[in-house]
Amino acid sequence: MAKGIWVFVEQSQGKIRKVSLELLSQAKILANEKGEELAAVILGQGIGSLAGEAAQYGADKVYLADDAKLAAYTTGAYTSVLAKLIRENEPNLVLFGNTAIGKDLAPRVATRAGVDVAIDCVGIESDAANFVNLTRPIYAGKAFAKVASPSARPIMATVRPNIFPLAEPAAREANVVTVPVSVDEADLRAILKDVISQAAGRVELTEANIIVSGGRGMKGPENYVMLEDLADVLGAAVGASRAAVDSGWKEHKFQVGQTGKTVSPTLYIACGISGAIQHLAGMGSSKVIVAINKDPEANIFAVADYGIVGDLFQVVPVLTEECKKLMA
Amino acid sequence: MKGLNISVLVKPVPDPGCYESIQIDPQTGILVREGLPNILNPADKHALEAALQLVEQHSGRVVMVSMAPPNALETVKEGLAMGADEAWLLSDRAFAGADTLATSRVLAAGIKKLGLCDLVLAGSESADGGTAHVPSQVGEILGISHLTNVTWLNIDTDANVRARMKMENGYIEVEGALPMVIGVSRGMNVPRYTSLPGILAAQDKPVKVLGLNNLGLDPGSVGLAGSPTQPGKLSRPELKRQGERLEGEPAELAKRIVAIMRSSGVLS
Repeated sequence: MAKGIWVFVEQSQGKIRKVSLELLSQAKILANEKGEELAAVILGQGIGSLAGEAAQYGADKVYLADDAKLAAYTTGAYTSVLAKLIRENEPNLVLFGNTAIGKDLAPRVATRAGVDVAIDCVGIESDAANFVNLTRPIYAGKAFAKVASPSARPIMATVRPNIFPLAEPAAREANVVTVPVSVDEADLRAILKDVISQAAGRVELTEANIIVSGGRGMKGPENYVMLEDLADVLGAAVGASRAAVDSGWKEHKFQVGQTGKTVSPTLYIACGISGAIQHLAGMGSSKVIVAINKDPEANIFAVADYGIVGDLFQVVPVLTEECKKLMA
Repeated sequence: MKGLNISVLVKPVPDPGCYESIQIDPQTGILVREGLPNILNPADKHALEAALQLVEQHSGRVVMVSMAPPNALETVKEGLAMGADEAWLLSDRAFAGADTLATSRVLAAGIKKLGLCDLVLAGSESADGGTAHVPSQVGEILGISHLTNVTWLNIDTDANVRARMKMENGYIEVEGALPMVIGVSRGMNVPRYTSLPGILAAQDKPVKVLGLNNLGLDPGSVGLAGSPTQPGKLSRPELKRQGERLEGEPAELAKRIVAIMRSSGVLS
């Protein structure tokens, strides 16, 4: 009999990713409703101190796999540990953040467990018959598909960051279970050689609460300074549309959209972005969208909560000034 | 290493240019496919381009493998025109209703049937479903390593693989050895255009259609019967957007936006 709800807690250099805490927060609500235990699964090296944080966000139990072979992410070693743990404990539901690692790892673990995984979910709905029903966007976000797994367990999903709110951390303790790690050579056929970080000092796009994004209307790479100024005041990330990236104004890692990153911040400020469907697919689940565009017919206004028909070169600098006053 | 045998997994998808106007049948909750042209999944062209470049470098052979109905033949021909040597269409009524796991079982069976395959390449996502599972799943079923989101790839003459996988904040560099399944990111290359000689040559290239029996698959492992997950009805996302237009002087607009964002709790 399957039991329990699990969250794969992704950590990088000893810090838990925000999406993992969001998942613990939401899974706790589900676990309470279902009368199930919530477990966090943490893999890495020297990660013992993270168990407490997982408990604060709702984990009743923390599986800790702490080993030098898990210091850096490799698909083989992580799959081996996780799949074994699932086989031995038979959880009902295993959730991953829809991150580069989550998308790489979850399908491999699921296949080893004989189940499928729903990728990039934006909804987890409790269901009496199916345990949960999952919702994922398809056709560039123009449709939602429901996914159910009537009998196969565990149900597995990766969940889009910034969809579920963070719980207030509470003073709680979890039952910490040390997971014995045995990784054989066959699991290490592809090994990690190097990590090349390109962190720009600003918050990462997919984790940002606020994103200031620019498109073709920015007219050139030099004008992004204006968006960076606004972003600095707001503690925001800077994004770009495909048009801006294709023009060589911004690197691909800043691209928001179907062929770039999928984001869902609390606030998305679209500057000079026309709103092609592929862009909307990448930011349509933002909570509040503000669009600034000269063209009153621009597509972006159809999805914007607040649409400003105007010249971004005039509006953005004064907006930055207003925000500075607010933050001062 | 005597040349590379590469399978490229491809998928016909409804043209992403048409997603703005897609229709969902309100009764059945299924996509209305009529009038929706199929194209080769854009990401898959990057995988095919990577395969063609590797074969130019090492010699070898590129076979496209697709699980699709027989009418997908025309779509797959675009890949032959780009330069693939052969196409295998895995097609059977029994494959209908497959989730990605059941799909990957069929694709893996196709690759096994092809015989000696050194490398499997796939696009890193499909435009219609946005799924990114296939490289991981096929790798697991075949019992070989996989890499996803690969933006740079080097294979030397001793079959050693070096690759860069794109992460949120940079890259990780990995090393391994063939055989391997690799999900190719769009950043890796720019797919070549099809040329007229390419299109003409495609007419004479072999296309095989294989079904359940050819692949030696258990009917219970494919299609709806072999799928642990079941697709439910499609729905339209509800756009509960405020849709408020703001007009006026820039300074005034900026003040109003800040006020709105404060009152709605977006900014504290």
